[in-house]
Amino acid sequence: MSKALLYDSTICIGCKQCEQACATQNNIPYDDTIAAEEKTSAHKLTAILTHGDKFMRRLCMHCETPACASVCPVGAFHKTKEGPVVYDVWKCIGCRYCMAACAFNVPKYEWGSLNPRVRKCIMCPDRIAAGKQTACAEICPTGATKFGDRDDLIREAKERIQQNPSAYLNRIYGLNEVGGTCLLILSSQKVEDYGYPASAKIGDTPMPEYTGRVMERVPDFIPVWSLVLGGIYWISHRREEVAAAESQERAKAREHDKKNGSSR
Amino acid sequence: MRIKLTFWRTVFLVIMALGLYSTYVRYAHGLGAVSNMSDQFPWGFWIGFDCLCGVMLAAGGFCIVGAVYLFNVESLRSVMRPAILTAFLGYLLFIVGLLFDLGRPWFIWHQLIYMNPRSVMFEVGMCVMTYTTVLFFEFLPNVFERLDWKTPIKWIHKIYPVLIVLGILLSTLHQSSLGSLYLIMPSKLHPFWYSPALPFFFFGSAVAVGLAMTIFESTQSAKALGRHLELSVLVRLGGALLVALWVNALLRLEDYFHRGLLGQIVKPSYEAYFLWLVLALSFVITITLLSFQKVRLSPKGLYLASIICLFGFITNRLNVSLIGFETYVGHHYVPKWTEFSVTLMIVALGFFLFAVAVKYLPIFPKEALAADPTTEPAVAVPLGEPVLENAGD
Repeated sequence: MSKALLYDSTICIGCKQCEQACATQNNIPYDDTIAAEEKTSAHKLTAILTHGDKFMRRLCMHCETPACASVCPVGAFHKTKEGPVVYDVWKCIGCRYCMAACAFNVPKYEWGSLNPRVRKCIMCPDRIAAGKQTACAEICPTGATKFGDRDDLIREAKERIQQNPSAYLNRIYGLNEVGGTCLLILSSQKVEDYGYPASAKIGDTPMPEYTGRVMERVPDFIPVWSLVLGGIYWISHRREEVAAAESQERAKAREHDKKNGSSR
Repeated sequence: MRIKLTFWRTVFLVIMALGLYSTYVRYAHGLGAVSNMSDQFPWGFWIGFDCLCGVMLAAGGFCIVGAVYLFNVESLRSVMRPAILTAFLGYLLFIVGLLFDLGRPWFIWHQLIYMNPRSVMFEVGMCVMTYTTVLFFEFLPNVFERLDWKTPIKWIHKIYPVLIVLGILLSTLHQSSLGSLYLIMPSKLHPFWYSPALPFFFFGSAVAVGLAMTIFESTQSAKALGRHLELSVLVRLGGALLVALWVNALLRLEDYFHRGLLGQIVKPSYEAYFLWLVLALSFVITITLLSFQKVRLSPKGLYLASIICLFGFITNRLNVSLIGFETYVGHHYVPKWTEFSVTLMIVALGFFLFAVAVKYLPIFPKEALAADPTTEPAVAVPLGEPVLENAGD
């Protein structure tokens, strides 16, 4: 059963305790200046965005079929069965294809470092493995960020919309986007206004399928194309061999004739 | 002549000095200090030019090898060695470029042990690694001949069929896969450049550029070496280039038609200007030029056409990798001078190594008409245009 986070922006009070807890969990310094930065970065894995008295939270979406994991040449990213998409810094070679491929622009880079890492929310995999909630969900004073089984959270999100239809847009962001994500967002406003990509733009197709359609042909393409190329090579050189053999035979025949002629 | 030589040497030294400074900045202060790349533009000029264009410009190797060995176009044999040399140097320098661009280049070997076969980047990496090795073996006879080692030449000739088939197979795979890299970014890359047919475009443009690059480099080195260049070779290449350009142009047109973008591409917009530039350079001007028999039969005309064509296709790849993301990101990406300077250094290094190799190795036949001495005495079957056209496709 895959775990997930449900973020309900209508309950969020913008206290930014999730930011603080996240920084502590990941050993990243956190102060007022960083708190004021309203965007995620290599030193801020989750951010609360403020529009007037409304709030929105940004963090990794933890896609069901993550683009980052599929594009990484060394498999530094992988989706765990509990839900988190985790990163193995040792494997990473720094090609940044994950950043280019992510539809949500989640992975960030340590551009100033000499041994840079890709940084993103990894959904506290150690805590989840130990049966605990993520740090942000645990600290949230209002329950705006709620941790649980994905299916349960979807059911609960639908109930919340049903019980209070005027407070919400009738939509759970992350339910089907790019094949579904483990971050589900309920909101009274469009998430697009906070930098999330529009659902229509990213679609419901799991991202790895776009490259998978080509990549799955490669194992068949290699033997077929080798045979074709080898065949062409063989045919074009066979012609030379035959021509060479024929001219040799002719030469022999001529010599033979000459010999016969001289002996006569 | 003497002054001219000194001038180019000075230019070379200046480029190298600036490049070395940028190299210092890169490894002493990191990617952020040396480039204008950011979290919004994780891929910059180095990926766009050094990698995408570098591999495209090195495509002449497999095009000419394919024409000579698979389709018996014997007349191209005299430009095969320079084409292989260009390809070999191109791939080596591509790897040098990667060492600048990768955040953790010292772990580049992880590719060999932590494989992710679902990744396009993995496929490109493996192909490039293997193909560079293949090119090394295709290049080796030059060295052996120079040293007058007969036995190793024989060995290489034994494995030549394998090298040739493998080389073309790997080239087909990774030239097209460079386009597949972008298939996973449908929401980011501008529709003018995002197309499900990207792998086909990248392969098609590689073939056209491979031919154009062969015209360019053989004319250029003939000039530098004061050698007479066989016109018939250039004319063949020019004809094949014309066919390749038509195929590319029709593919692009069909793609825009199929995706219903024909109305959009004629409307002025930031992206449209860059698209027009590409269409004009790589198709309209070059195809028009090459359509005149007078141009196709003149070395100067062919040289000019090939250069315009190269600029067109280079612009196209920069569009795909840089310009195509600007609207999505919401701001422009202009490379820092240190990014240009590293690229310039790598390109200058390429020219330098090419010149050295041509000087000390039997890259060009001793006389323009002399047959290649290393290859088995093939019974030359002069083949007509149609075969060459196939090679161009």
